Amino acid sequence: MSTHFDYLDHLEAQAIHILREVAGQFERPALLFSGGKDSITLVHLALKAFRPGKLPFPLVHIDTGHNFPEVIHFRDKLAASLGEQLIVRKVEDTIRRQGLKDAVGKFPSRNALQTYTLLEVIEEFEFDACIGGARRDEEKARAKERIFSVRDEFGQWDPKRQRPELWDIYNGSIRKGDNVRVFPISNWTELDVWSYIQQENIALPAIYFSHSRNCIVTPAGQLLAITEHINLDHDDEIAVREVRFRTVGDATCTAAVESPATTIDDIIQEILLAKISERGATRLDDRLSEAAMEDRKKNGYF
Amino acid sequence: MNILKFITAGSVDDGKSTLIGRLLYDSKAVSHDILQTLERQSRNKADGELDLSLLTDGLRAEREQGITIDVAYKYFSTPRRKFIIADAPGHVQYTRNMITGASNADLAIILIDARQGVVEQTHRHSLVASLMGIPQIVVAVNKLDLVGYSEERFYKIAASYQELAEKLNLEHITFIPISALAGDNVVEPSANMPWYQGPTLLQHLETVETEAVAENQAPRFQVQYVIRPKSNEWHDYRGYAGSLRSGVFRRGDRVVVLPAGIESEIVAIEVNQQQVETAFAPQPLVLHLAHDIDVSRGDTIARLDAQPAVTQDLEATLCWMSEKPLQPGDKLLLQHNSATVKAIVKSIEYRVDVHTFDRLPDDKLQLNDIGFVHLRTARPLVFDAYRQNRHSGGFILVNEHTHDTVAAGLLECATELQVG
Repeated sequence: MSTHFDYLDHLEAQAIHILREVAGQFERPALLFSGGKDSITLVHLALKAFRPGKLPFPLVHIDTGHNFPEVIHFRDKLAASLGEQLIVRKVEDTIRRQGLKDAVGKFPSRNALQTYTLLEVIEEFEFDACIGGARRDEEKARAKERIFSVRDEFGQWDPKRQRPELWDIYNGSIRKGDNVRVFPISNWTELDVWSYIQQENIALPAIYFSHSRNCIVTPAGQLLAITEHINLDHDDEIAVREVRFRTVGDATCTAAVESPATTIDDIIQEILLAKISERGATRLDDRLSEAAMEDRKKNGYF
Repeated sequence: MNILKFITAGSVDDGKSTLIGRLLYDSKAVSHDILQTLERQSRNKADGELDLSLLTDGLRAEREQGITIDVAYKYFSTPRRKFIIADAPGHVQYTRNMITGASNADLAIILIDARQGVVEQTHRHSLVASLMGIPQIVVAVNKLDLVGYSEERFYKIAASYQELAEKLNLEHITFIPISALAGDNVVEPSANMPWYQGPTLLQHLETVETEAVAENQAPRFQVQYVIRPKSNEWHDYRGYAGSLRSGVFRRGDRVVVLPAGIESEIVAIEVNQQQVETAFAPQPLVLHLAHDIDVSRGDTIARLDAQPAVTQDLEATLCWMSEKPLQPGDKLLLQHNSATVKAIVKSIEYRVDVHTFDRLPDDKLQLNDIGFVHLRTARPLVFDAYRQNRHSGGFILVNEHTHDTVAAGLLECATELQVG
C-alpha cells in the first residue's frame, strides 16, 4: 500500500503531524502569513490538519507597507473565505512607536525592520509559537535550523544551543517569555512546494505568473518592479518585461525573473531547468554577506 | 517516487563534507550562483581546488574553523528518488548530533579513510547506527586515490569492518571503494578501479530497498489533538487527530484506549476529511470511536488483539546529551511522541565503552555516554521495544528547569541490550 505513498504524501504527512503538535503543545500559537506561496501552502496544510474544526491559531501578517497590492488583496480574500482570524501589524507603526530609522536608499528594504514588528506582535498577543514557511533548502544557515526552533525573549536564535531533534518528537517546552518558531515545511524544496501546489490545485497571487511589468534593470541585471517605494534616478534603465516573481517579499528587495510561465506546469518546467537558486535569483538582502541570514536569525528574524 | 533519508558519519578528516558536496555537485543539485560563491571562497584556500565541503558548512564558525558543528540537512534528487541527507559531524563531542541525524535515517554511510582503515570513531559510529536501528549501512572506503586504488587495501578494510559488524549484529552492509575528492565511484563509475564491478554510491542509494516494515507492524496511534468544532453544522463531532505511526487501521477494528484500558470500536476513519475504509502508516488521520469516552492528547489507541506494553517501570538505553551528568534520583520529563510524563531515574546499570563495546558498571552518565538505566514514570507509558518498533520505542528526556532535550531513550521490553 505504501507504494502509493508518494514523496509528496510523506512531506504532507510530516507537516500535518508538526502542525498538530503545535496545537497540542502550545497555549497561543500563530501562523505567520506573508501571502507568499510557502505560507499559502502552510494554510492549506493547516486546513487539512484541523478541519472541520477552526484553525487553533490566527494568521498573522507583518505588513512592511512595501507589499505588492496583488498579495494584500489575495491575503484579505483568503482570510475572509476561510472565516479565520487575520491579524495585521504594520512596520510603519513600529517605526513610529519605537522611533526607528526607516529604510533609506534607492531600494529601501524594510526586511530587517520586520523583526521589530514581529517581536512586538509576539509580545502583544503573548504568542508562544510562531509557525513559519521557511525551508532548509533556501539557505545554508536555515539548513541547520531545527523544526522547533527556540528563541529567547529577544527572538534570538543561538545555533550552538539548539536542541537535538529526534524521531518525530518535538520538544516545545519553554521558559515563560521565550517562544518557538516552527517550520513544518523545513524538508520541502522549492520544487516540492510547486509540485504540491499543482497536485492540490492551490490558488496563488497573480504575481507568481507571467505578466508585463515596468521594471528597473539594475546594473547587475536584476529586474525590480517600479513601485512608489523605489526611488527612481534619471539614468535608470527602465524597460517593460514579461516577468514573474519566484518569491514574494518586499517589492523593494524582491527581484522579478523574466519568464513566459503562465501556468504551474510552466513554472515547474522552468525550475527544473533553472541555473540560479531561488534566493540567489531574487533576493537582494542575502547578497550582503556570506552570513547575512545567520546574522538576521540571531537577531530575531523569522 | 519515494524518499531516502540518509546520514553520513565519518571522523574529522575522512572527507565527509567533500563526499556530500560531490553528490550534490555531480548530481547537479548545486545551482550556478552557489557554485560561484563556492569558487570565490575556494580561492582563499591554499590549494585552490574547488572546496566542496563549503557547500555544507553553513554557520560562520564552521567555515572559520573548517569543521562541521551541527547537523545540516541537504536535499537533492535524481529521476529515481529524492534524497534527504543529514550531515552529522564526526567528533566524539558531537555524538548527540549523529544520534539526532540517525533517528530518522533509512541508511547510514560510514566513511573510512583508506589510509587509516577501521579506527575508534568507526566503532562509535557503527554502535550508534546499530542502536538507532538504521536498516541499511554503506561502508564507503574513501581516499582510494591516496593508496594507489589498491584492491587489496579495500578488501582488507572490508574484512576488518565485517568483524566489527558481527559484534553489533549489523546487517545489510554494502562496501564501496571511492574517492570523494576525485569523484571515483561516487556518481560516475571509476576508470581507476577496474577490479570493482559493483554500483557507484549514487546507484546504490537510488536502488537500495527501504524498509516497508511499518505496515507489517501492529498499528500504533497516539492522539495529538482532539477536534471538536462545536459549531451548529458539526455539533456532535469529536474526532481524534493523530498520525498512524505503524501498521494499518480498518473501520470496524475493535480497539482499546490506553493507558486507561477502555475498549471501543473504530466507527469512522477520516483522511483529508474523506471517510476511508483503511488507513496505513504514516498517514495523518482523524479517528471516531463508537463510545463517548474520555480520550485526550497523548492517549494511545491500539487494536485489541495487538496491544503494546503498558508500564510505569521502564528499562532503556540512554544516549546522554547534557553537560550535567545523569545520576540516580534525577527527575526529568519524559516525552514519548505526544505523551509527556514525569520520570525518575531509579538506577544506572552500566555505560557502554563506545570503542570496545564493553559494559562498564557506573552510576553516572556523562555527556555523549551511552548507558542502560531503569526509570519509573508518574503515569504508565504505552510503548513497544525500540528494536520491534522504531516509531513507538523511542523517547526523549527533558530537563524541567532548562527545558532542554537532554537524552534520547530506546525502550526495552524485558530483554537487555545485545551489545558486548
